[in-house]
Amino acid sequence: MNRLSWLHAWLMLLPALAMLLAFTHIPTLTTLWHSLFFPARGSEAAEFAGLDNYRMMLEDDVFWQALSNNLWYALGTVPTSIALALVMALWVNSRISGRTALRLAYFTPTMLPMIAVANIWLFFYTPEIGLFNKLLALFGHPGINWLGDPDWALPSLMLMTVWKEAGFFMIFYLAALQTLSRDIYDAAALEGAGRWYTFRRLTLPLLMPTTLFVLVNAILNAFKLVDHLFILTKGGPNNASNLLLYYIYENAFSFFDSNYAATLTAVMLLMLILLALLQFGVLERRIHYR
Amino acid sequence: MSQLEVQTLCKAWGDTRAVSDISFSIEPGEFVALLGPSGCGKSTTLKMIAGLETPTSGSIRLNGRDITRLPPGQRGLAMVFQSYALFPHLSVAENILFGLKARRVAVEERNRRLRQVTELVDLGPQLHKKPGQLSGGQCQRVALARAIVAEAPLCLMDEPLSNLDAKLRNEMRAELRSLQQRLGMTVLYVTHDQVEAMSMADRILLLNQGRVAQMGTPQALYSTPENTFVARFIGNPPMNLIDTGQHRIGIRPEHVHCHHQGEPARVLGCDYHGADTIIDAVLTRLGDQLIKLRLPGHQLLSCGAELKLNWLPEHEHGFCAHSGQRLNTPFAPLSTYFPHTESYHVA
Repeated sequence: MNRLSWLHAWLMLLPALAMLLAFTHIPTLTTLWHSLFFPARGSEAAEFAGLDNYRMMLEDDVFWQALSNNLWYALGTVPTSIALALVMALWVNSRISGRTALRLAYFTPTMLPMIAVANIWLFFYTPEIGLFNKLLALFGHPGINWLGDPDWALPSLMLMTVWKEAGFFMIFYLAALQTLSRDIYDAAALEGAGRWYTFRRLTLPLLMPTTLFVLVNAILNAFKLVDHLFILTKGGPNNASNLLLYYIYENAFSFFDSNYAATLTAVMLLMLILLALLQFGVLERRIHYR
Repeated sequence: MSQLEVQTLCKAWGDTRAVSDISFSIEPGEFVALLGPSGCGKSTTLKMIAGLETPTSGSIRLNGRDITRLPPGQRGLAMVFQSYALFPHLSVAENILFGLKARRVAVEERNRRLRQVTELVDLGPQLHKKPGQLSGGQCQRVALARAIVAEAPLCLMDEPLSNLDAKLRNEMRAELRSLQQRLGMTVLYVTHDQVEAMSMADRILLLNQGRVAQMGTPQALYSTPENTFVARFIGNPPMNLIDTGQHRIGIRPEHVHCHHQGEPARVLGCDYHGADTIIDAVLTRLGDQLIKLRLPGHQLLSCGAELKLNWLPEHEHGFCAHSGQRLNTPFAPLSTYFPHTESYHVA
């Protein structure tokens, strides 16, 4: 390749590269740099802290709580929403009447903004007049303080997230299911494979590329999506539903400790990178791509 | 008792009848070709026998057992698909054993049959590859092996060779036929290619617009076509049909010869095929009706050249001009229709 085509190639890459550098890579590096300083006081220059912020983080009980909340949150929402998405996709892919309406119905939660969704669910969860407690009252149950009870706050958030995410993931499964050829199912039926055997030996393995894609996205979302916390619990009660990203937000914009927020961000970023590598590394080898 | 018995099978979608009143039977060890043009209902018939399509009416019996309403897996059939329908994520061995595992056949039995079948279709070194790494011909062998390994009383094949290139198709045709005869398989083979049907089948079931046009040996379909559809469908180029008003007289192009005396014809064009040449001509004394003839070698006849054509009277087929059905009574030979009574038959 001559110099001119090299130049061309770089010029073509330049716009995307500039955007990525300006909004992704440089902020990442400044975040790392920031996390090594104490907060600036008044007009004084910020004092270099080394790893003090990280040491502080390890002793921060709220950080550990937010981290464990986030892990439970991911563990509770990711498998459930993926399984639900798969079941819904299989259902709306079958020959039933009104399946277009059904597909739309399942996809609606995804189209709504998270803030609007949270407001709707706020009504469902409200004590006394909320939908859920009204339903419980029909069976003579005194009702649950869904968002106010530390034991129920996080599960309540998880329920809403599953409702919101499953429809989104269903679309990917549905698209994948429609690319599978009718013939191999006919062949399997002739070979005497039952529905469960066909699902386990054909459908599931053939959907694995989609599952990996959905899994990566679901896990990222579990750490990324915190919009609903602003409406529903604000991390409370007593941090029972606090998640990492929300805690970072609190540190940066409520407690004005942007250096500690940077520290937390760096740790979260590292965690997500490790998770993604793990998923690709472990699953990639076992997936059949066409 | 015959292996497969199909009686008055019908399939309709709304007002469209894809298959109407098809009845036939297949004897054990027989190779029957289900032949017909596109849209004649041959694939629908096969799918109904396989259980992938529900018949509107009629019955299907296999070894005396009524299987009309059974799900595909319980019919005891094997099938080779046009697209091969291999499972892309499974290795060749797993593809072949898929059905045996689904039916919970014991491991030793499975391995015994796998060894046997890989030897038969010559797939030894490919066993651990995925279908994506195989050539078209090898995929075809895997599909075939999967059908053989089931040891089903009837094997259905849906245009299994149509995705292969011409050379490979000819090889596989011979191989498939010899395999079928060695194993004594009973095969129902759907194809639109008359050469496949003629060369492989013991009997041909020729369909037209959802009905049986004729069923018989390849020889019978060629030499005594029941109607003009069969006459035109079997043979390449198709049989010439000359209208005489009352009847239609059929003569195969390969039975028409050039001679120094005979029926005058004018050449329209030549089509060189290598071993022979197909000549289009018009019969000048029969209202310029088109006739095709096949002459050996490379014939260079210019457009408008005059020929004298003749053929043996026993090579003439008579059909009713209205129904198109074969005349079973003696009919007047073509020579009697000419204004001049010059005999042009070879003495």
